[in-house]
Amino acid sequence: MYRYVLKRFVLLIPVLLGVSFLVYFILDLAPGDAVDVLAPDDATQEDRERMREELGLNRPLIVRYLDYMSDLVRGDMGESYLSGQPVWDSFIEKAPNTLLLGFASLVVSVGLSLPLGIYSANRHGTWKDNLSMVLALLGLSMPNFWLGLLLMLLFSLRLGLLPSGGADGFASLILPAITIGTGMMATLTRTTRSSMLDVIRQDYLRTARAKGVSERVVIRKHALKNALIPIITIIGTQLGGILGGAVLTESVFSWPGVGRLIVDSLNSRDTPMVTGAIIMTTMFFSVVLLLVDLVYAFVDPRIKAQYATKKGGKSDDNKQKASA
Amino acid sequence: MTTSKKQAPDTAPVKKQRSQWAEVWHRLRKNKGAMVGLTIVVILIFIALFSGVFLDYETDVIGVNTAERLQPPSAQHIMGTDEYGRDIFCRILYGTKYSLSVGVVAVIIALLIGVTLGAVAGYAGGPTEEVIMRVTDIFSSVPNMLMALVVVAALGQSMFNLMLAIGITSVPQFVRITRAAVLTVKTQEYVEAARAIGLRSYRIIFSHILPNCLSPIIVQTTLRVASAIISASSLSFLGLGIPAPNPEWGAMLSAGRRFIRDYSYMTLFPGLAIMITVLSLNLVGDGLRDALDPRLKD
Amino acid sequence: MNGVNDDIVLQVEDLTVYYELEEETVKAVNNISFSLKRGETIGLVGETGAGKTTTALALLRLVPDPPGVIKSGTITVCGNDMLSLPVQKLESIRGKDISMIFQDPMTSLNPVFKVVDQIAESLEIHEKLSKTEAHEKALDMLETVGISRSRGGEYPHQFSGGMKQRVGIAIALACSPQLLIADEPTTALDVTIQAQVLDLIKDLKDKNGTSVIMITHDLGIVAEICDQVAVMYAGHIVEHGSLDEVFNHTLHPYTEGLFNSLPNINDRKSELKPIPGLMPDPTNLPEGCAFAPRCEYATEACKTVQPALHTVDGTHKVACLRYDETDFHINRGKKHG
Repeated sequence: MYRYVLKRFVLLIPVLLGVSFLVYFILDLAPGDAVDVLAPDDATQEDRERMREELGLNRPLIVRYLDYMSDLVRGDMGESYLSGQPVWDSFIEKAPNTLLLGFASLVVSVGLSLPLGIYSANRHGTWKDNLSMVLALLGLSMPNFWLGLLLMLLFSLRLGLLPSGGADGFASLILPAITIGTGMMATLTRTTRSSMLDVIRQDYLRTARAKGVSERVVIRKHALKNALIPIITIIGTQLGGILGGAVLTESVFSWPGVGRLIVDSLNSRDTPMVTGAIIMTTMFFSVVLLLVDLVYAFVDPRIKAQYATKKGGKSDDNKQKASA
Repeated sequence: MTTSKKQAPDTAPVKKQRSQWAEVWHRLRKNKGAMVGLTIVVILIFIALFSGVFLDYETDVIGVNTAERLQPPSAQHIMGTDEYGRDIFCRILYGTKYSLSVGVVAVIIALLIGVTLGAVAGYAGGPTEEVIMRVTDIFSSVPNMLMALVVVAALGQSMFNLMLAIGITSVPQFVRITRAAVLTVKTQEYVEAARAIGLRSYRIIFSHILPNCLSPIIVQTTLRVASAIISASSLSFLGLGIPAPNPEWGAMLSAGRRFIRDYSYMTLFPGLAIMITVLSLNLVGDGLRDALDPRLKD
Repeated sequence: MNGVNDDIVLQVEDLTVYYELEEETVKAVNNISFSLKRGETIGLVGETGAGKTTTALALLRLVPDPPGVIKSGTITVCGNDMLSLPVQKLESIRGKDISMIFQDPMTSLNPVFKVVDQIAESLEIHEKLSKTEAHEKALDMLETVGISRSRGGEYPHQFSGGMKQRVGIAIALACSPQLLIADEPTTALDVTIQAQVLDLIKDLKDKNGTSVIMITHDLGIVAEICDQVAVMYAGHIVEHGSLDEVFNHTLHPYTEGLFNSLPNINDRKSELKPIPGLMPDPTNLPEGCAFAPRCEYATEACKTVQPALHTVDGTHKVACLRYDETDFHINRGKKHG
């Protein structure tokens, strides 16, 4: 198992290179480059060419990328055009805020959607079930930033209960976390419900009941642990949504995180900052996805066993290919 | 005897023969939510197509009228006016076409690229599949919102770039479901038969395999249009989508945000428009899923 | 039925179970009655869909509800009226006094728990054992059913079908129940494994004096371990008696049909005689005898009058109108009689 975990981390390296190259490549398509920003207005075409040469901007994309990455590994992602500060420092300064917000949103959404989904599944077909499914669909259909604005309007501007922005302690975390959490909650409630409905019909629950296990334990222990498997997969896919939600929500609530950093830098065309922040975020995100994948293996013994015996997770595809 | 067999009686009397699509429509019609959603979607399409006929872009949509600025909802302006005195209701009606067209075109882009790649990957197998799937994996490990931001940042701000940016983020999903569907269908006997009589690969894919993978693709398309509309308005809200003074809903929200304390209706109505549109599409998508595959229905 | 009798482990009276679906009602079990003494084994025999599993689930009050509804009847297990017990009391009886082995071992074990924990669970609940004691006893149980203790920490997917069914038996017998329901415990298994599993059930039942309800469509199994036999057809018991009575003095045409469709090892040239037709749709049972449409002895009366189960001789009961005629007998009966 440990060897497997290690191997997964080693296999992560090509993915990290892949995502960082992808982002670097697309951003490189942007018209204009550093010289347009750095060169004095009266610089001639020749001066500009010479600067390009000095900065190494005329080298092939792949060389510049590798150069960028080797600097990045050493904590150097260049300086912001705007502030002149190292990109690395700005990123490291903002990252904990986004992590905190993301984690709080995750707690909000998982904490609310699991009980709600289970409740709905147990009352399958009743008006309570239908109502919570309509609410979930509403949550899914509501733009994140709009919900944030409405919450802000109600709780900070009208009722004056919570701060409308900034990162000043726990109170300022509540509204942004609910804003992001709600979007994810909708999907998660639906998944929990359908996954529980699936499990509730399984024979092994009948076995548990026949053993004299009480209904409460049947649901919370026997059913939930099985239902968790698809739920964790969905949580994994929703983490990207949390990050996306953070970009918007941080702008709405002036939360000093990476999302806002990226949007502000985009709006002020601060390319080194944009490149650095997005590459770091996507790489971090890949690591998180891997961790979710590993958690998944711990919950489902079938997958754990597969890991212990087989090389990769692609065996199913291969089987299908073989039979074709 | 097992009880599960009892619960799903396959002894149902033989119903009147209907074609597959008529059967799907029949099931969809019984779903109230989906029908409400579908009705709203049809109305929205109608508004998007004909708002240009009722409304004059220069005067009704972007025409400044300082005399009537920031008026609350009234009989004359049922959703009030904005900081330039423009009628919010007119702007929202006119904005329908932006949201719908961005959503639809973005998903068509994703559909074309994704389904083609997915079908090729699933059908060809081997190294081709490996390469396509690895690249897809890399694309999907960049969170959608960030991916869209990167593309807009690189290509600049325009309506088509917005469509492209959102389209690209939806590609991996289509690659995956198409490939999965193709892998399932590929081993069916009618495909073996087509291969045995020597049909070309692309013909087998397009005329034998894809028609039989349509259900998941249709459902995914509907749901993706919904999320593309949210993404588009999100980018516009951040000032990276459709530029002012166009009445894009997200951009209207973004403008209204500055006046939220005193003129909250400026934030309320555009958001409501987005939500109703997205909700209707989601209702139709959910309904289609149940109608296309009744086994999935709980 | 000797009135109050401590020896009676199970008494079922007039049990009727329906599945009430949106558009139709499945009459799964109709007015069945039987009882079982300590250490006795009854075979519930019939085709798929005859209502055997529903009967078994009803005994544990585990008929899925909705859509299942127990319409009428009483079920008494070890003196407890199962249908009126409060849920908590019911849970204390399930797995302790009455337990069940399920038909499909592949799906009956929880895939995410270790097998030893699945056995230990009922010990923890009913015998109030600590975690470690229950664990230890569960491993003993595993050994009893012929699986090495060292495999207790494995998960169901690491076991073969036969071994899973052994685990199922270990779960069912962990608390030494007085009544065991075995629902086609061997149907899903390979022939060679079938015999092993059957022997295991037989041994354990003899050792503990457990009463068993053996649900099966395999008359060979019935002959091997049952004391009484109840033949079910379309939710009705159509013939009921001791093993000898039902096997050697068969009365009901349906029972005869079951025997005729078995290969005869002593007469390899004899042709198999399957029962023609299919079981009626349980949502739309015929007005008269449910078997009449397939019955070679059926008269016009059989199509309109529903036969009641009545005693013919000793404990032997049959539900067939033709026995109102004093000289009626079926072919098989003639051969043996």
